[in-house]
Amino acid sequence: MKRRVAVTGLGLVTPLATGVEETWSRLLEGRSGANKIENFEASDLACQIAAQVPRVDGRGGGAADMAGVFDPEQTLSSKEQRRVDEFILYAIAAADQAVKDANWTPEDEESRLRTGVLIGSGIGGLQTINDAALELEKSGPRRIGPFVIPSLLINLASGQVSIRYGFKGPNHAVVTACSTGAHAIGDASRFIQRGDADVMITGGAEAAICRLGIASFVGCRALSTHFNDRPTEASRPYDKDRDGFVMGEGAGILVLEEMEHAKARGAKIYAEVVGYGLSGDAHHITAPAEDGDGGYRSMKAALEDAGLAPGDIDYINAHGTSTPLGDEIELRAVERLFGEAASADLVMSSTKSSIGHLLGAAGAVEGAFCALAIRDGVCPPTINLDNPSVESRINLAPNKKVEKPVKAALSNSFGFGGTNASVVLVAPS
Amino acid sequence: MSDVQERVKKIVVEHLDVEEDKVKPEASFIDDLGADSLDNVELVMAFEEEFDIEIPDDAAEHIQTVGDAVKYIEEKK
Repeated sequence: MKRRVAVTGLGLVTPLATGVEETWSRLLEGRSGANKIENFEASDLACQIAAQVPRVDGRGGGAADMAGVFDPEQTLSSKEQRRVDEFILYAIAAADQAVKDANWTPEDEESRLRTGVLIGSGIGGLQTINDAALELEKSGPRRIGPFVIPSLLINLASGQVSIRYGFKGPNHAVVTACSTGAHAIGDASRFIQRGDADVMITGGAEAAICRLGIASFVGCRALSTHFNDRPTEASRPYDKDRDGFVMGEGAGILVLEEMEHAKARGAKIYAEVVGYGLSGDAHHITAPAEDGDGGYRSMKAALEDAGLAPGDIDYINAHGTSTPLGDEIELRAVERLFGEAASADLVMSSTKSSIGHLLGAAGAVEGAFCALAIRDGVCPPTINLDNPSVESRINLAPNKKVEKPVKAALSNSFGFGGTNASVVLVAPS
Repeated sequence: MSDVQERVKKIVVEHLDVEEDKVKPEASFIDDLGADSLDNVELVMAFEEEFDIEIPDDAAEHIQTVGDAVKYIEEKK
């Protein structure tokens, strides 16, 4: 009998809030997590805005008394914080939420041996690399400390979470740019299906909002640059005025669990992961193929893996980054694959309109949103979609959530290098 | 308490996140103050910076306790 995969826990650190319910309710209200960058010099950058995690120190529009504000001390002591880049801090914070939500903190050796961790990041410890390079230049090699490497390595997010909870199963990491989070969910599902583990803590984390990160993405002309005075309006997928993505940060962690294992312990089940598709564009290092063939094939493969027809899908969480080129290419690929099913009944929204583009964390956060859409029967909106640049029969949920039963949801993630991943979740049965 | 002792203590408290009264001369960084081998490397770097000295790796290996550090630094200065 095929081993099935349940989603039994969620954890989110996003530019809207820290916490699943806080993030989800603000997302459904149509709020934006984007702000003017204030924690580092940005006046000479073409892009001066980002969607930062609201923190107790005021960064990202946070305040000490704000609900769902991120407080690093709640996750790690100041000593421990110095040993990890922020992407790892976010990963641990989201993993803490997810294992608590799943009520999965086993003390027995057998359970720990059967629990793995697979958390990815698109970029990893960019700020750490930046700081270490400057220190090397300024003071020489003897001032480079022992924690530079363990702080910046991408797989150390998985390593830190495994050490924290004693999870001794597969310990792995994905690095596929903006497809990372979706690939993590898909790969972790395969580990469970194939019997490598019974439980996987999986997802993605990113913290690349620093001078080097912004300057580098500006360098490849990917970021929005015309909305520096209106940050909350900058991320506007499918809108005719869109001009690039808004960089986000944070982490999304899911607890995936073999279905019978979850049922046997009476775990809460949000959804079932039933489909996973992957493809490569073999086209260009940063631009998607204009015919959308890569995304088309990853979606098709995911539907085939799920044994579902396009008409079975109720909600698509689009990749939809708000770049001039990418949004329409994805939309056309969906229309081509879905054919008649690409109707007003199909809702496709880009939650990046609210939270920005979390790069390697995006697919994981959006996978969690799909699980919540299934749980609550509601599709989050695409905010700032005032004047669509193209006609489509599909309901892009402009500026308002759409309430309707969601039995099956598809999440797309496409990354630099031409790497594509699609994941299908369905309501638990 | 000597000036060196005070400054060493402050660094240890800060880097290892331990209570001040635990930082006694006989306290071992690893056995008593919760450090690991990487913490020790970082501590030695912090001593180097604070006292503007260079502590070679073979000397650093013998700095196991708070007192070892104070003694080494006082001799070196």
